[in-house]
Amino acid sequence: MAYSEQVMDHFMNPRNVGEISEASGIGEAGSPKCGDVMRFSLQMKEGVVRDARFKTFGCGAALATSRMATGIVKGATVEGAVKVANQAVAEVLGGQPAVKMHCSVLAEEALEAALTDYFKKQGEPEDKVIQLKKAAGIQVRRHNHGDEGHSC
Amino acid sequence: MKTVYVDNNATTRVDPKVLREMEPYFCDLYGNPSSMHHFGGQVAGAVKRARQQVAEIIGADPSEIVFTSCGTESDNAAIWGTLHSYPQKHHIVTTRVEHPAVLTLCNHLMKQGHSVTELPVNHEGLLDLDQLRDAITPYTAVVSIMWANNETGVIFPVEEIAEIVKEKGSVFHCDAVQAVGKIPIDMKKNKIDMLSLSGHKLHAPKGVGALYIRKGTRFTPFFIGGHQEHNRRGGTESVPSIIGLGKACELALAYMDEEKTRVKALRDRLEAGLLANIPNALLNGHQTHRLPNTSSLSFEYIEGEGILLLMSREGIAASSGSACTSGSLEPSHVLRAMGVPFTGAHGSIRFSLSRFNTDDEVDYILEKIPPIISRLRELSPFWKRRNRSAAFQ
Repeated sequence: MAYSEQVMDHFMNPRNVGEISEASGIGEAGSPKCGDVMRFSLQMKEGVVRDARFKTFGCGAALATSRMATGIVKGATVEGAVKVANQAVAEVLGGQPAVKMHCSVLAEEALEAALTDYFKKQGEPEDKVIQLKKAAGIQVRRHNHGDEGHSC
Repeated sequence: MKTVYVDNNATTRVDPKVLREMEPYFCDLYGNPSSMHHFGGQVAGAVKRARQQVAEIIGADPSEIVFTSCGTESDNAAIWGTLHSYPQKHHIVTTRVEHPAVLTLCNHLMKQGHSVTELPVNHEGLLDLDQLRDAITPYTAVVSIMWANNETGVIFPVEEIAEIVKEKGSVFHCDAVQAVGKIPIDMKKNKIDMLSLSGHKLHAPKGVGALYIRKGTRFTPFFIGGHQEHNRRGGTESVPSIIGLGKACELALAYMDEEKTRVKALRDRLEAGLLANIPNALLNGHQTHRLPNTSSLSFEYIEGEGILLLMSREGIAASSGSACTSGSLEPSHVLRAMGVPFTGAHGSIRFSLSRFNTDDEVDYILEKIPPIISRLRELSPFWKRRNRSAAFQ
C-alpha cells in the first residue's frame, strides 16, 4: 500500500475526532454501500469556525482527509470555510491513486452539509453555501453518492 | 520489525526445500527438455518426475497433467478450450463467488455472444445443487465451479457436482487453486473433467501452475505453438518452476495431516480468540465446510483498509474484502453474494495461515488486533449510535 508519509501521519494521528455537543451545524456525506461516511460537526462563534470535529467510517485516505478538512476550517470565517474546496485537500492527497480522490470530494460534501445545517439554523436560505461558492468563483460539484443503483 | 504473515491464500513463502530443488536448473542443468542431446534430455527426465509428483497429490495419471504459467492460465485454457471443442454449445454455468480468473473471463465471453448462468450462494456461502441441476441445458458446454473459495475458504461439494454435471452431459472444470495442498484430492474417486492448480499457493514459486485434463476429455489448446505438453500447451517449459512445483506438491502431500491438525488448530484458536474479545465481529462463511487454514471475519462499523494499515504497522500481513483494497469502490463480490451487509463486507479481514505459522504468532495477533479495532471504532460515526442507525442494513 503506497500512501505518502503525510497521509499516513494524518491517519496515524487523527486529531479533531468526535462530535461537538450542541454543535452549530452537523453534516454527513457518503454511504455505507460505498464504504465511506463522514460526519462533521462545527462550533461557530461570531461568524468564525471555533471548532470542527469528525467521525468517519472509511479507508485510510478518508480518515486522513477528514482530519485535514476539519483542521483547515478551524479558525476560518464562514466565507473562508466555504472556500475550502476539495482542491485544498486533494493537493495534500496528491499522488494517491485516482480512486482515492473521491475521499476529498466527500470531505467537501460533508463540510458543505454541516455549513448548510448551520445556515438553516440561522434562518438563512438553504442554498446559501452554493451562493457563497458561486460568488467566490468555486465550481459547484455534485457526485452521486448513495442509494442502490447509484455508483459510488 | 518482525513479519507475521497470515495472507497465504494470496501467496505463500517458497519452501527452502523447494528452492534447493530448483537451483541446479538455472545455471547448470539449463538445457531445453525438447532437445535431442543428452544435456537437454536429462532435464526432460526431471520434468517427468515433477509431473509424477504433481499427479500424485491429486491422484491423477502423469499424462493428465499439463503445466501452465499460473492458475489464471489454467482456468482460461479449460473454459476457453472447452468452448472451442464444442462449438455448437454456447452456455457456461458458474457461480457468483468464483475467482476473477473465471468470472471476468465469463463476462468477457458473454460480450462475445456466449450466455452465462452465475449460481447464487446462501448466507453461509453454499450452493443449492437443485439450482445447478436446473441451470444445465443441452447447450451448456462447460460448468466451472471452484473447489474452495479464496476469500472465505468455503468448500463446495465438487465431487457431487461432478456427478450432476456428467449426468447432464456437460464438461466440468474445477478451479482448485485454493484446495490443492490444503485438503486431500483424489481424481480417481471423482468425475471432474478438468482441474486448475497453482504453484505459489502451496509454497512453490509464482509463475507456474497446472491443468489436469482427464483422459478422453476433448481439449483445444489455448497456447498454440510447439509440441510441448503433448500438443496441449505450446511454449518452452519453465523448467525450474516446474521442478519447484513438483517438489512443493510432494511436500504438501507429506504435510497434509499437519494442515488439517496443527494449522487448523492455529486457525481455530485465532478465530475463537478474536470473536471472543471483539464485540460485533462475525464469521463469514460456513463454520465447518471450510478450508482448515482460512478465516474471514467482519468487524462491523469500520473499514478494512484502515485495519490493514494499522495491522501492517505491527508487522501483520492479511487482506480485506473492503472496496479500498480492491482498487474499486465495491466491496468483495463474494461477501456481497452471501448477503453480508455493506458495512460488514467493507470491514472484513481474511486471515489465511500456513504450516510456517506458529503459536507465538497467533498470540501476537490476538494481542494486537483488539486495540486496533477499538481505535478505529472510536473514529466511526456508526459505532456509538449503532442501535438507532437504520442506514446500516
